[in-house]
Amino acid sequence: MSSTTHDAHHDHHAPPKGITRWLFTTNHKDLGILYMVFALIMFFVGGAMAMIIRVELFQPGLTLVDPHFFNQMTTMHALVMIFGALMPAFTGLANWLIPVQIGAPDMALPRINNWAFWLLPAGFTLLLLTLFLPGGAPAGGWTMYPPLILQLGDAFPFLIFAVHILGISSIMGSINIAATILNMRAPGMTLMKMPLFVWAWLITAFLIVAVMPVLAGAVTMLLTDQYFGTSFFNAAGGGDPVMFQHIFWFFGHPEVYILILPAFGIVSAIIPTFARKPLFGYSSMVYATASIAFLSFIVWGHHMFSVGMPLAGQLFFMYATMLVAVPTGVKIFNWMATMWQGSMTFETPMLFAIAFVILFTIGGLSGVMLALAPVDLQYHDTYFVVAHFHYVLVSGAIFSVFAAVYFWLPKWTGNMYDERLGKWHFWLSTISVNVLFFPQHFLGLAGMPRRIPDYALQFAEFNMISSIGGFVFGLSQLIFLWVIIKCVRGGEKASDQVWEGAKGLEWTLPSPAPYHTFERPPVVK
Amino acid sequence: MNLKKLTRVLAAVGGPGLLLFSASALAVPESDWRRPWGLNLPQGVTSLSEQVYNLHMLVFYISLAIGLFVTVGVLYSVVKFRKSAGAVPAQWHHSTTVEIIWTVIPFLILLFIAIPATQTMIKIDDTSEYDMTVKVTGYQWMWEYEYLDEDIQFFSRLDRDSDRARRRNPEIRPQDVEHYLLNVDNPLVVPVNTRIRFLLTANDVIHAWWVPELGWKKDAIPGFINEAWAEIREPGVYRGQCAELCGRDHAFMPIVVVALEQEDYEAWVAEQRGDNGTGELGEPVGAQPAAEAGTPEQREAMVEGAPDTAADDADTDVAEDAAGNGEDMSTDDLMAVGRQVYDSQCIACHQATGQGLGAAFPALAGNERVIEDRDWVKDVVMNGVPGTAMQAYARLSDEDLAGLLTYITNAWDNDSGEVFQPADIQAAR
Repeated sequence: MSSTTHDAHHDHHAPPKGITRWLFTTNHKDLGILYMVFALIMFFVGGAMAMIIRVELFQPGLTLVDPHFFNQMTTMHALVMIFGALMPAFTGLANWLIPVQIGAPDMALPRINNWAFWLLPAGFTLLLLTLFLPGGAPAGGWTMYPPLILQLGDAFPFLIFAVHILGISSIMGSINIAATILNMRAPGMTLMKMPLFVWAWLITAFLIVAVMPVLAGAVTMLLTDQYFGTSFFNAAGGGDPVMFQHIFWFFGHPEVYILILPAFGIVSAIIPTFARKPLFGYSSMVYATASIAFLSFIVWGHHMFSVGMPLAGQLFFMYATMLVAVPTGVKIFNWMATMWQGSMTFETPMLFAIAFVILFTIGGLSGVMLALAPVDLQYHDTYFVVAHFHYVLVSGAIFSVFAAVYFWLPKWTGNMYDERLGKWHFWLSTISVNVLFFPQHFLGLAGMPRRIPDYALQFAEFNMISSIGGFVFGLSQLIFLWVIIKCVRGGEKASDQVWEGAKGLEWTLPSPAPYHTFERPPVVK
Repeated sequence: MNLKKLTRVLAAVGGPGLLLFSASALAVPESDWRRPWGLNLPQGVTSLSEQVYNLHMLVFYISLAIGLFVTVGVLYSVVKFRKSAGAVPAQWHHSTTVEIIWTVIPFLILLFIAIPATQTMIKIDDTSEYDMTVKVTGYQWMWEYEYLDEDIQFFSRLDRDSDRARRRNPEIRPQDVEHYLLNVDNPLVVPVNTRIRFLLTANDVIHAWWVPELGWKKDAIPGFINEAWAEIREPGVYRGQCAELCGRDHAFMPIVVVALEQEDYEAWVAEQRGDNGTGELGEPVGAQPAAEAGTPEQREAMVEGAPDTAADDADTDVAEDAAGNGEDMSTDDLMAVGRQVYDSQCIACHQATGQGLGAAFPALAGNERVIEDRDWVKDVVMNGVPGTAMQAYARLSDEDLAGLLTYITNAWDNDSGEVFQPADIQAAR
């Protein structure tokens, strides 16, 4: 690979000054930063809601909030974290990284890129505004099941419209990413030479384009049921409330893989770098990612084993779901093989990546347990499920975002982050996330349903432990914020390659990367 | 129907609660699975639940083994292949053989798990044979049980003590309530060693009926009927909860199943019929134990039984007979009944003070329309307000509705002076 350094003409390419730079920018790096800053803000908003939940559950009795407000918190926490924190964080990383990883000058559709981002603050303004409406914010769960969701007050149309706006934003962002990857690769950058993060995002983009319209359709049917006299989901009018669940989870299951496939890509970049050894089984990683994406379309029924599906349906969804374990296992074993006989160092990104491998495996294994329909009839809608998806989404997806930020921050800012603080952030987060979520497995098995503001006395001990873990985890994220601020403001200068074992086009660029890069495509051998 | 109201009146005036079951003194053991620091699913008490439990343990041990393999493998690499320990990186990056091995072996493990899982699923799904049928209907926020072969029907709600302790700034602490949030006024009473078919549905939103010791949960969906079955092997008290988010008080609609030996169950059924005399029973006796009766005592009373006292009967005949004969009830009786109904059905949203909660749950106290518009308030209570959390209460008896309407139009200084009689309700149906 050869790098392109910058010539004398960069003056008229310098970013404009002031607020208009950010409002009107079509630069992929600016938009990547906007996405990530937005995600970080939403991470703290959603985290504050989680803190309210954990304070209420700290001990039995209604100690802090009304049950109706508690339900608003669980619902909004999920919507904010999924659509506000995780998806924008990954889209931001894609925006910043994909052009420089494939040797493209920018994204394929820069104006679409700007529009897709600025829809997000609009959508979340609508959604968060509902907290101040009569009747409060959505409280029927992020899954929005009818008929319960139809009892929502003035917030109902806000919720539906917000979901539409966020969906449009995601679809535009994904089309842009897919178009960029398929059309703008540098000469010699064949598909099977792309970094796995790019591969993971290519596949994720197709998932998003495939399922977001399905969600839009489902919520539109809710809207017409509520206001225009249709009965899609109303049995009294010949409809079926369970049909909503089928449509929702046809979106919802690919959605959870949308939240984890980019994480696989990130970890596949970090582990080889710090093991100083090439990724084991590159092509099987690509095929495994594609297989997981395919399977995601035919497993939605495992969210619904208790609704009374026919036996054949239950068995089909059980088998299909169990199959997901095979390509996922391949990925985990490949990461282990990459570390084997490497020469490892343990900077913060590597620590988070290693924690990801172990903790995501725990979440994956409880996923296999949940796949078994007869036992899922016990696990379903309990804290066991809550523990499962927080292991894959917090110590999985969010840990991968932490790892990515530490990994590429020197490239973005030109400064090294504070390694000591980074390690504090890692150890506090990793220990507390387990104190927070591991006891929830026990709570669920011992009979505690999810989404309840108060519980029987037998659950008091583990809930208190879990809450303490939650408070420590929440506070630890302030360290993360401080590390980022400190790194943006200054620090030891980063080299171009930054990490000794780093390979790929982005590490051939100066640190910080100039505003425009690869205006002349690099040649990839 | 008479006895039901009789009980309410009694409870309202602070008398001792009537007792669910007076045929014989029984000792039905409380399940020992529910305890602090509980870690695992129950083995359960049905012919199926142990199979479910065994499958759970099988896949748990397999998961544990794989999880340990991954963790130990990663940590071994971390220790062994560190740069600081002088490790030199190898440069190999694939091996088709190894990759095939770790594709095929997990697949075989899954196949091994799939076989017992399929067998168990087939058994769970087979509701073709049954000895009796109980219809379970979920409401916001209580359960209704109908014994289809016995003409027995009643509602099952959170018990009074839990209900008092579950409020902000409660009168009693949750820590002082036995079976806090896991106790009900009227448990589901069933016989052991009988294949019971459950038909599950709901009246408003989706609920899920879950008693872990029966080994499954099933959704109760408005407009649809789901089937499930259980054959309980051991007499005992088994507790569970609604498992599908169903609105504000989702956490407060527990389930209690009391499994009795066949002859005790038959005595209980006879009791239900006998007390009523008509076979058309509104609710089992003991629908509302007195607030003063501590939960342990209630439990004892329900399970062990005790004779009805003569005083209980005498105290309440008046109001009962009046209502039963289509005569007017006194305002005091109406208010007493109304308060009982309000405390069990309305208080969650509209609050003890009648002040409601925010815009979703409007205030009744001082509400001009409640005070002045007699027909409107009757219509709202009986038919609900579509599209809101206010559901239709026409399913309540004439006496209950008359009492409730009298209560809400006169309590909290509403003082409208309106009196609703059962005949008014009857006319509005």
